[in-house]
Amino acid sequence: MSCCQTMAVGARSGEAPDIEEERLRAASWASDNDTLESEFHVPGMHCIACVRRIERALSGLPHVSDARANLTNRNVRITWRQREGTARALADAIAGEGFEHAILQNGENAPDQAHETQRQLLLCLAVAGFAAANVMLLSVSVWAGADEATRQLFHLISGLIAIPAAAYAMRPFLSSALAALGNGRLNMDVPITLAVILALGMSSYEALRNGEHAYFDAAVMLLFFLLIGRVLDHAMRERARDAVKLLTGLAAKGAVVLLPEGGQRYVPTDKVRPGERVLVAAGERVPVDGVVRAGASEIDRSVVTGESASVAVDVGAEVEAGTVNLGQPIEIEATKVAAQSFLGEVVQMMEAAEHSKARFVRIADRVAQIYAPAVHILAVAAFIGWLWASGGDWQLAAYTAIAVLIITCPCALGLAVPIVHVVAAGRLFERGLFMKDGSALEKLRQVDTIVFDKTGTLTGGRPDVVASDAAPAERRLAGVLAGHSRHPSAQALARAVAGDPEAHAIRASRVREVAGSGVEAAIGGRRMRLGRRAWVAEIAAASVEATQEPVGLGCDRTSSVWFAEEDGRPVSFAMQDALRPGAREAIDALRRGGLKLEIVSGDVDGPVEEVACELGISTFLANQRPADKIAHLDALRRAGRNVLMVGDGLNDAPALAAANVSMAPSSGSDVGRQAADFVFAGQNLDIIPFCYRMALDADRLVRQNIALAVVYNCIAVPMAMAGLVTPLIAAIAMSGSSVMVVANSMRLKFAARGAASDEAREAERCAAPKGRRILEPGLTAGR
Amino acid sequence: MSQVVFLIPVALFLGLLGLAAFVWSIKNGQYDDLQGAAERILDDEDGAPPGRRPGQRP
Repeated sequence: MSCCQTMAVGARSGEAPDIEEERLRAASWASDNDTLESEFHVPGMHCIACVRRIERALSGLPHVSDARANLTNRNVRITWRQREGTARALADAIAGEGFEHAILQNGENAPDQAHETQRQLLLCLAVAGFAAANVMLLSVSVWAGADEATRQLFHLISGLIAIPAAAYAMRPFLSSALAALGNGRLNMDVPITLAVILALGMSSYEALRNGEHAYFDAAVMLLFFLLIGRVLDHAMRERARDAVKLLTGLAAKGAVVLLPEGGQRYVPTDKVRPGERVLVAAGERVPVDGVVRAGASEIDRSVVTGESASVAVDVGAEVEAGTVNLGQPIEIEATKVAAQSFLGEVVQMMEAAEHSKARFVRIADRVAQIYAPAVHILAVAAFIGWLWASGGDWQLAAYTAIAVLIITCPCALGLAVPIVHVVAAGRLFERGLFMKDGSALEKLRQVDTIVFDKTGTLTGGRPDVVASDAAPAERRLAGVLAGHSRHPSAQALARAVAGDPEAHAIRASRVREVAGSGVEAAIGGRRMRLGRRAWVAEIAAASVEATQEPVGLGCDRTSSVWFAEEDGRPVSFAMQDALRPGAREAIDALRRGGLKLEIVSGDVDGPVEEVACELGISTFLANQRPADKIAHLDALRRAGRNVLMVGDGLNDAPALAAANVSMAPSSGSDVGRQAADFVFAGQNLDIIPFCYRMALDADRLVRQNIALAVVYNCIAVPMAMAGLVTPLIAAIAMSGSSVMVVANSMRLKFAARGAASDEAREAERCAAPKGRRILEPGLTAGR
Repeated sequence: MSQVVFLIPVALFLGLLGLAAFVWSIKNGQYDDLQGAAERILDDEDGAPPGRRPGQRP
């Protein structure tokens, strides 16, 4: 885990499976037998200096063959030889440069189907663009006044370019239209396909008989603009949610069953029967729910409660599947089969939540439902109208109808929504917020209630040393001792001395960790203990012990860890899981925005009430297991409320899936990140009100764009029906409306600027020394 | 008129050339990291370009 810990950790957990390493490897994909490719998201990377540092740090590792950073999506792709080193080393190298990082799940960003589609769309766009430009070249010549012979020649050449190009570029629309018609439905692509085909047909006919107007440029330009919208829309597509897969991947693959006649057998987890005795080693996940029958240890119950503070268990204590055994090996007697154990239930809850989510109809789809039939009706009306008015002139009637079809076609509409979402996503990304898809922004707009998890979401997620009465020398010794334990309080202490070079010169010997009590070691010949007060007091100078009071803030959330040398003065360190920076301001801003706020946490009453009081939130629930969180969300939904859930842990994942829209910090669990609609990096909570304001602005702009498109149509359609439209007018109208919509969407770039401008914030982050970022516990600044 | 008959295919050919180049650059992955490409130009370091290092390309 860290430089000063590697010795002890390696010695102690020699055979224990390293969950972190397995997790990192499972998230990578193998390009061949010896090589793995891993991709990390590094949100703090935003200039070439950062890129250089990261690439150099990674390439410096002997088992890395290639490391390439992508500044656009802030990912780093590493190719490394898996037998020669660890995935942990990669993560540590990135953290060693001072960057937060999160491994991307294989499939989150690996080349896949969606990437293929994006490429296809880009190629169609390129062809349509090429054709549109060249045909326009010829068309402008015609409009500028060409004599009949030249005009026919140019029309024919335009046709020669436009028809093959349109045939190629039209395929996405054609397949979508045929699919819709095959289902008996009408979608936006049906009138578009119809318009393009009819326009090309009619224009060919006109070109061959030396007619005056040909609509080749209009047809191809229509495809071009619509494909821009498609490409952007696809870039904003919903990325696959593999949260359930991740959850099932967390379950222990197998269990070591102790046979009644002696000996052990390794069985798959789902074959363990109630009543059987299972051995759970240190560092392993408990495979099935059970009761401890032998041994004593500390269990990480964050799966259930979201709290990383370990819980001591002894004979008779119940443990749930999915919790991690931190201390010593224990024997448990299984009480349930794997499918009904805690983790199995959570998986079922998540699947149920994902299936029962009400289908959200995006605004673009709602508009299309009205628009598509309207377009057809208008075209048919024009055809019949002119047929009757001209006394049976098929050609004129068809001509006008096709002109109507082209003019009503929604360039602006195809662009209106994706452009806004792309700009919004870009601005959010600058601030470290990753949006899974455009509909998330639309859903956020509808929200009226926000439910927060406490630990890891409103707070930093792990205890930090807030006060102490120890002298610097004692701090250092305590920190060295702390480095030998995985207990979160110990890790906090180890972090506190991480930057101290003298601490690393100290070596501890005869290290032993006593479950439930603490860590003991000998430094420089003297025995020292770090941990529970009474246990530490055993070796401390007897006279002082009785009068010492723990230093601290005297509230429920503070716990204290004691330290003493043999016959020395006991000192205490107060630990607290502090609120995230900006939490109070963010909560106030959200409340001012008219949103109702709640806290729903797996932690016990005291800390939850304190945090709620500090933030001014009146509604809070404690001791909530994952099933309770879902039940609460359902109750809110039945009351007609629209809920945003913000949570980080495994125990929030079902709630994140069940809420209308959800958000998770990137420092949280993989499962939480996968299940949520938004993922935010960084520690400051002010991103949440910013995101909400962005959702409001985006919604406003989308409605404006749609209004602009409709206004354009209200002018253009009567003109088309009156037969006044020429290809020139069609071209101007289409490009004009598209440009208007794009220009309007750009306003989002300047909307909702915060107090500190984004650039200043970025510059400050880049130049900041490593100590200001989140580091892995105990990592040193130098190497 | 004869010049026009000659020039139009030339223009189209050049246009096709441009299209082919664009398609190639997409397939070559040059559009995957626009921001990075922009900033790497400004970098003063003389690192070995990727692809010349031993091992596979991502």
